Amino acid sequence: MGDILVVAEHLNGELADITFEMLGMAKSLGGTVNVALLGGSDEMVGQLGVAANVYRVDCGSDYNPESYSAALKAVVDAKSPQVIMVGNSSMGMDMANTLSAQNGLPMAAACKSISGGGNTTVEAGLFGGKINVTSDLGSGACVVTVAAGSVSADDGKADGSPATESIDMPATDGKVRFKKLIMPESADVDITAKDVLVAIGRGIGSKDDIEVAEELAEVLDAAVAASRPIIDAGWMPKSRQVGKSGLKVKPKVYIALGISGAPEHLEGMKGSSTIIAINTDKNAPIFDVAHYGMVGDLFDVAEELTEALE
Amino acid sequence: MKIVVPLKQVPDLVEDLDIDDNGISLDYEYLKMKLNEFDDHALEEAILLKESDGAEVVAIAIDGDDVDKMLFTALAKGADKAVKITGADPYVDNHALAKVMADAISGMGADLVFTGVQSAGDRDGQLGPIMAVHLGAPSVSVVTSVKVAGGAVTIEKEYSGGMMAEFDVDTPAVLGIQAARQTPRYAPVSKVRQIQQSASIDEVAAGASDGAASSSITKMAHPEKGGGAKMSSDIDEIVAILKEKGVA
Repeated sequence: MGDILVVAEHLNGELADITFEMLGMAKSLGGTVNVALLGGSDEMVGQLGVAANVYRVDCGSDYNPESYSAALKAVVDAKSPQVIMVGNSSMGMDMANTLSAQNGLPMAAACKSISGGGNTTVEAGLFGGKINVTSDLGSGACVVTVAAGSVSADDGKADGSPATESIDMPATDGKVRFKKLIMPESADVDITAKDVLVAIGRGIGSKDDIEVAEELAEVLDAAVAASRPIIDAGWMPKSRQVGKSGLKVKPKVYIALGISGAPEHLEGMKGSSTIIAINTDKNAPIFDVAHYGMVGDLFDVAEELTEALE
Repeated sequence: MKIVVPLKQVPDLVEDLDIDDNGISLDYEYLKMKLNEFDDHALEEAILLKESDGAEVVAIAIDGDDVDKMLFTALAKGADKAVKITGADPYVDNHALAKVMADAISGMGADLVFTGVQSAGDRDGQLGPIMAVHLGAPSVSVVTSVKVAGGAVTIEKEYSGGMMAEFDVDTPAVLGIQAARQTPRYAPVSKVRQIQQSASIDEVAAGASDGAASSSITKMAHPEKGGGAKMSSDIDEIVAILKEKGVA
């Protein structure tokens, strides 16, 4: 097994959970685990105790797709790792694909497990989590993006003082320029603070239909949350979004109405104490993570539930 | 300004997905395919920019089943030109697709290429940033807002937890669109039919797709059902659970 390079992800001055999840996963592969810390701070190095070496590149404290991708390429070219692990995230998507294309390395996306020794093989949940796909990336260098929540972040958390090495930042064309970080809009309701969430997904056909969820939420003193399609359609504000690009929630009870359970959504809610799912598709992946399920039309079920609770 | 939008069909995830007898690919024979929803957002954002700033919008796809209909629908929505690439497999992985697309797009003089940020079967990565490397252009993924400003665009890129960042990006550039500013428009069948009568689809031959790094699928399987949910068909049971958890 060659060396493993974990690309640390950080946002707004803090290492993201996915960094530790990748370290946890990398540890079990059997090779030497090193970290590429692009930008980042001295303080972050101390949290990367799982790593043997931390390679640092001074590419600015704020993420920039162009400069961070160039910095990663510099580390990979200098250190020739076998498995390069990047988060399956907004930043990781830029860096991993760019590296794979620039260096001609095979790549697998959204992986939930990796095994090394000989060829690197990975498993990913694709097609909205409906199909598990195993890929063989060969015995040479490869790029793997790791789906968040595949392992516990605690597995990769360890304080320590790994050896650090600075790698020169290569010149870039400066075609992408960071302007500013935009913090989340202040929300009318903090969905992360609610005991009960009534979450709606694609099964809701129109904006007017949201009313049925609001009525159920009212009798439960709950807030209405939503999966990405509802937010992208502009039917609810971003502050209500649960999932990969939204918020992580852990309410006592999460009622999922018409949510199929794509991995990106599960990432944000699978820590809920009790999950109740209602969906017309009995094979919807949401039923795999839910504790209780009901196959049925969300409108019928929500209305009956509201009546029964009133 | 010219905006090129590659379009791709993906399996409709609402349907059951069957695995081919070979165990390493989907059974496409009875699979219902639809336009990748993120590509629909990419097309919408391009048409919105055309309406606000003036642009020529070109929709491009690899030839295959129902591709004409997909391209005519794009024209009906407001694209100015449709191009199909002939002689290439529409179901290739993204590394190969990126090469074929980049070959076809490189001579077009595009200022912007909008791809859907991802698609349902992205096993080997995402189309946009890979294609950008072939085109020698900068790329940004997960874009939710694009404003034109001279020889550059000001964009917003989404992170997690509702955080975003603003960047200026020189054109030509490849942007992976997460969501258009508004819900993608719908083209009525009558309008698509009308366009079919009056417009035509340009054809270009595919270049070689070899040389792209690849990996092989060794197995496809439906996820094993874990413990899974305790299924109920009785509302009273759900009410009882809510009461037991102390929330009702």
